[in-house]
Amino acid sequence: MIVGERKSLEEIRKMINGYKKVLVAGCGTCVTVCFAGGEKEVATIASALRLAAQKGGDAVEISEATIQRQCDIEFIQELKEKVEQADAVLSMGCGAGVQTIAETFGGKPVLPALNTRFIGRTEEQGIWSERCAACGDCILHLTGGICPIARCSKSILNGPCGGSKDGKCEIKSEVDCAWQLIYDRLKSLGQLDLLEKIIPVKDWSASRDGGPRKQVREDMKL
Amino acid sequence: MTENKNGFSPKIAAFCCFHSAYQAADMAGATRHAYADGIYIIRVPCAGKVEGLHILQAFEKGADGVLVLACPEESCHFISGNIRAKKRVNHILQVLEEIGLEPERLKIFNLASNQALRFLQVVNGMAQRIKDLGPSPIKAGNSGR
Repeated sequence: MIVGERKSLEEIRKMINGYKKVLVAGCGTCVTVCFAGGEKEVATIASALRLAAQKGGDAVEISEATIQRQCDIEFIQELKEKVEQADAVLSMGCGAGVQTIAETFGGKPVLPALNTRFIGRTEEQGIWSERCAACGDCILHLTGGICPIARCSKSILNGPCGGSKDGKCEIKSEVDCAWQLIYDRLKSLGQLDLLEKIIPVKDWSASRDGGPRKQVREDMKL
Repeated sequence: MTENKNGFSPKIAAFCCFHSAYQAADMAGATRHAYADGIYIIRVPCAGKVEGLHILQAFEKGADGVLVLACPEESCHFISGNIRAKKRVNHILQVLEEIGLEPERLKIFNLASNQALRFLQVVNGMAQRIKDLGPSPIKAGNSGR
């Protein structure tokens, strides 16, 4: 899932400054799971914004709405009436959600309440960690299901580097060395021979080096 | 009993765990002990039921202070609801700081069901602190909601 983190109230207040009616829009998918931008978080930030406005003597009307997914236009249409009544939309979705609302309702300013951080997994309730960098050329079959792009600090393909010590990365003592994890996993799988293969220089054109990415499935188009 | 010379009688929303603070409040009443008249008791099945949003909404609705009263830490009826409540209160304290509301307006206490006198100390103490602090800058029903 996509993991996001709410911006500070101060930053959000600066963004909405000057707007009289603000719609706080939540997303019911990834950012609900990571407790950043779902229905509860929308209600909480809306309440905090109302309190802050009252404290600061600002006249701002805050409304709330949460839809299933902000990255799909068919769900976003449910916001139409509330967006029309607002001066600006404060999206609590990921960057894709913010932009889809902005593209759908061209005449309204859409403001990001979250910082979209990474594609990751829930380690336990309240802890999420990065697992995928969306590089566009997956090699997890060669690395025991552990991604060296997302989980190695240097994203090296034939690790570990000299900064690996006692299974930890040199950047922080609490960060696991991805290549130590890969070695341990391949060993337990009886696939250490995979480490004998040199992984060639990565073709980054499938990633951001190739510019903004787009995927078309002709068979799925209507 | 908490009204000051300016006529300010603080309103305090007290979220009381049914298994501890609510019983203590009941015992305080049964034994004819009076407590500050601005205490509004909200019975909850467990302090862990109290969401951060409930606390913020209490302030939106005009509370001058909010209390979360939970079981003692080692004896929550639902094992860890009181610990969760403590974490949520700490999180909302950060939000209050961002808003600019004094952190003294929100407190969590742990007490057992037979601690009627401790209940009285906690709520009366809170009422006194809020009275000293003055009214909340948020006026009920005036926060754009």
